[in-house]
Amino acid sequence: MSMLVSSIGQGLLWAILGVALFLTFRILNFPDMTVEGTFPLGAATAVTAISHGMSPLMATALAFVTGALAGLITGLLYTKGKIPILLAGILVMTACLSVNLRIMGGANVSLLGKKTVFSSHFLQSLPKYFDSVYVGLLMIIIVTILLILFLQTNLGQAFIVTGDNPVMARSFGINTDNMTIMGLMLSNGLIGLGGALISQNNGYADINMGIGIIVIALASIIIGEVVFGELTLNQRLVAVTLGSILYRFVLLIVLQLGFSTNDLNLLSAIILAICLMLPNLSKSLKLDHVIMKGVENNGTK
Amino acid sequence: MEQNKIPILSLKNIVTFVNRRTPSETMILKHLNLDVFDGDFITVLGSNGAGKSTLFNTIAGTLPPNSGQILHAGTDITGDSVEKRSRFLGRVFQDPKLGTAPRMTVAENLLLATKRGQHRTLALRQLKQNLPAFRQATASMNNGLSERINTATENLSGGQRQALSFLMATIRRPDVLLLDEHTAALDPNTSAQLMDQTNEKVLDQKLTCLMITHHLDDALKYGNRLIVLDDGQVKFDARGKEKDELTKEKLLSFFGNIA
Repeated sequence: MSMLVSSIGQGLLWAILGVALFLTFRILNFPDMTVEGTFPLGAATAVTAISHGMSPLMATALAFVTGALAGLITGLLYTKGKIPILLAGILVMTACLSVNLRIMGGANVSLLGKKTVFSSHFLQSLPKYFDSVYVGLLMIIIVTILLILFLQTNLGQAFIVTGDNPVMARSFGINTDNMTIMGLMLSNGLIGLGGALISQNNGYADINMGIGIIVIALASIIIGEVVFGELTLNQRLVAVTLGSILYRFVLLIVLQLGFSTNDLNLLSAIILAICLMLPNLSKSLKLDHVIMKGVENNGTK
Repeated sequence: MEQNKIPILSLKNIVTFVNRRTPSETMILKHLNLDVFDGDFITVLGSNGAGKSTLFNTIAGTLPPNSGQILHAGTDITGDSVEKRSRFLGRVFQDPKLGTAPRMTVAENLLLATKRGQHRTLALRQLKQNLPAFRQATASMNNGLSERINTATENLSGGQRQALSFLMATIRRPDVLLLDEHTAALDPNTSAQLMDQTNEKVLDQKLTCLMITHHLDDALKYGNRLIVLDDGQVKFDARGKEKDELTKEKLLSFFGNIA
């Protein structure tokens, strides 16, 4: 039972990354590798700030800012420097490795004995793992609602159309460069926020904690899409969170099968690959047809 | 007469190259001059490579000219970006895919178009309040668009998409409307229907419009001015009565190689 609660808690916390990546991967229509650098950047910022005596909430907000700054650099390299987005992201991600070491002053920093957003009396009084469920749920609800509201504004609509049809967007006076930069800043800010929360939940920040982040964030997006199918944009944002929780359940099952946590990145990659192929596989194997037939037969009985 | 007024759009001595600084560098517009006056409905003819699309790209700002000057109502806009020029410019592309955002609905596309050239703020978009107006606008196209107002445009037919593109370009009255063979990708019936509606709306709203076409008949039938582009220059310019008296035979005898 506690494993299940822990999975839900982790799913909710990591959902912030899925939602953040959704902004670039699904709305702007490109993969942003910066996130592998901004996730540990957010973690390093928050953990270092807390260990220097900053309040956990302020430190978490600061992580959003540093993440957004990294996103700004990727955005400038891509739009003004005309560097392909994949390469721009990799450049900033690589640079972040050094920056993170500078911030932390070492390969890892522990929060042992320090106050975090998880150390309030109320959260400590909850049963084990419920603190991450509580904080995760609160954060993802706030983030999702704010994003849904933002996407309904004129600016949000201009942001969406930039990814959908940049030629048309420009012909209607939308500065697509600015929209792209804004999206990258928002996305990486949220990734930094996620890094801050997850490192506080773990109790430490580590220089290597960014490895494989993009795969995990993509997995929550893709699982949400595969499981829930055709949805409106707002519903798709919510589906990312559910996908993130489902992904944790899948991991839980796989780990129960006897794999070790060292295999996690391999497993994440395999799960994502399967999910990415699923729509095509089910078409070629006529799985939809078989399932529909099964449903119909049950109905007539 | 007209010539004494300030042209709404004026191209002076425009030279535009493509593939600049590469071995395939070509001069497309060669010291082109053109004055467009308020109320002009100009049909643009010319063979492939004459520079019609380059002319439109130069006006819209996608392809900045290498020399020369572009004036909008007397103001120099030569250095202005596509985004900035969208304040006075509406454009319909030849490719139905280019004119609309595929994953957004008809209504959402129209809403974006109502804000053409304006600063986009964090104000809520107010889609619902605009729906009745959008229903009315789409109903005027008589092609089922109004029943599909909440459909993503990727699910529309090519004709519906081009009709939507046309509505989007004109929903906020542009000073100059550019139609780049906007019916060329459609079947003959749909194409004829959209041409008629285009003509009706341009005359109704007294829009100033440049329309590229490959059909001599269309070029003669529509508009109050006809220009022929050849070798990067305006080689023929007929307006008013002179244009009315043009015939296909006359045009063909002038330019054996056009259309």
